[in-house]
Amino acid sequence: MSVRVLPAGDAALLIELDSLDAAVALTQRVRAAELPAVIDLVPAARTLLVQTAGGTDLAAIGRAVLELAADLPTQAPEATASDALVIEVSYDGPDLAAVAEAAGLDRSGVVRAHTETLWRAAFIGFAPGFAYLTGGNPRLRVPRRAESRTTVPAGSVALAGEFSAVYPRASPGGWQLIGTTDQVLWDTDADPPALLQPGRWVRFVDVTDGSPS
Amino acid sequence: MTGLEIIRPGPLSLIEDLGRPGLASSGVGRSGAADRGSFLQANRVLGNPDNAAAIECTLGGLNVRALSDLDLVITGAPAPAKVDRVPIDHGVPFPLTTGQELRLGVPKTGLRSYLAVRGGLDVPAVLGSRSTDTLSGLGPAPLAAGDQLAIGRWTEQSVADPLPTNKPPASGPLTLRVALGPRDDWFVRPTDLLDGEWLVSPNSNRVGIRLDRPEPAADQPALGRRDDTELPSEGVVLGSIQVPPSGQPVLFLADHPVTGGYPVLAVVRGADVDRAAQARPGQRLRFALE
Repeated sequence: MSVRVLPAGDAALLIELDSLDAAVALTQRVRAAELPAVIDLVPAARTLLVQTAGGTDLAAIGRAVLELAADLPTQAPEATASDALVIEVSYDGPDLAAVAEAAGLDRSGVVRAHTETLWRAAFIGFAPGFAYLTGGNPRLRVPRRAESRTTVPAGSVALAGEFSAVYPRASPGGWQLIGTTDQVLWDTDADPPALLQPGRWVRFVDVTDGSPS
Repeated sequence: MTGLEIIRPGPLSLIEDLGRPGLASSGVGRSGAADRGSFLQANRVLGNPDNAAAIECTLGGLNVRALSDLDLVITGAPAPAKVDRVPIDHGVPFPLTTGQELRLGVPKTGLRSYLAVRGGLDVPAVLGSRSTDTLSGLGPAPLAAGDQLAIGRWTEQSVADPLPTNKPPASGPLTLRVALGPRDDWFVRPTDLLDGEWLVSPNSNRVGIRLDRPEPAADQPALGRRDDTELPSEGVVLGSIQVPPSGQPVLFLADHPVTGGYPVLAVVRGADVDRAAQARPGQRLRFALE
């Protein structure tokens, strides 16, 4: 496991790791350690951004984070079914046919592939509460749409690259839309407002015909 | 009611406070006043809590009417201001009595003026802040003619010392101090950033300042990347100078995205980001190592 500490201005450090799983694990450790002056953590695909209040000894923070990064697990922990947030999906999205064609599957094959594995929220980006879910069937790796939509409704279930996601709020978007869910993923009165936090497991369940199949 | 009515918002007037720190792992950026120093100055001179919401007015043009007797102050870009044709001193509190109108002209230097009210603007908070985040759409809508804004109750408190008076924004070339990294090693010659002047593009906003070269001349190199590897998205901080494949850098301001997919060559020193937020389209910038 290699860990690099990179400067990110006078109040932050960017910690670079080998893998997403390492970034998620380090985020949990740094959060639990409650380092003084650390005000925000931004985990991403291969990195963890550690933001401080400023006027802090960044070298000391870097050393503390490196210590926490010792013997990080290189693989995601085993998930158990009870850890997973169940998201019920009607697979009726406008891009389902295009995804099926790109994946070399029929529609029910796409639904099966999307529901048969557990997904994991890797990091949040693009928009408030927008979680990038990883761990899906590699056949579902499809490119983004050639043209973005100006509005994608909240609750749209989507694919792009190695990721799946549920649009937490209406926004523009270029991902392939395969279904919809009523699950509320974003609530400004909740703490935290995003239901899917990095590391959270997700299982999609098919309710296209009204009831879980 | 106690309050303030917007008669004309000018090109862009927004409600801002100190933003939403600590929510990045939910994908929420900090947002808040773009020039925090000028914003804090306004609250300090009025004896408000530091986080009291105020109006951030871009390039003047704001007219307001008092719905009750108010005390206000204007800081940041020195927009010429008048109450009943009487000029108001910049940075000094002044009364606006019920029915009186305040008019802000266009500032000669700087971009963003702060109009604060004793008691602060009392609009509903979203995730603990009254700031408009123009990127995510969180917070109040941009101010529009006819909006009536309630004012919070002011209680005398132990007032922190006013900040040292902000220098008015300069009109000439600005020099901003930077530290290289985190991704300077992605560029052929990272110090090309420090070489020559950059121009603030008209296509700049609260998300970021787009930077052009004044003339695409040979002595002002573009920022060439070592290769065209894609960077997995990573967290970015306020003041980051991100370089997309076009080579046209973006200097991130208050409403910057939480993560970015292009390498960040350098980060502007925290203390200099406020000055960057006052840079007008067409103004020249230079970057220097600390």
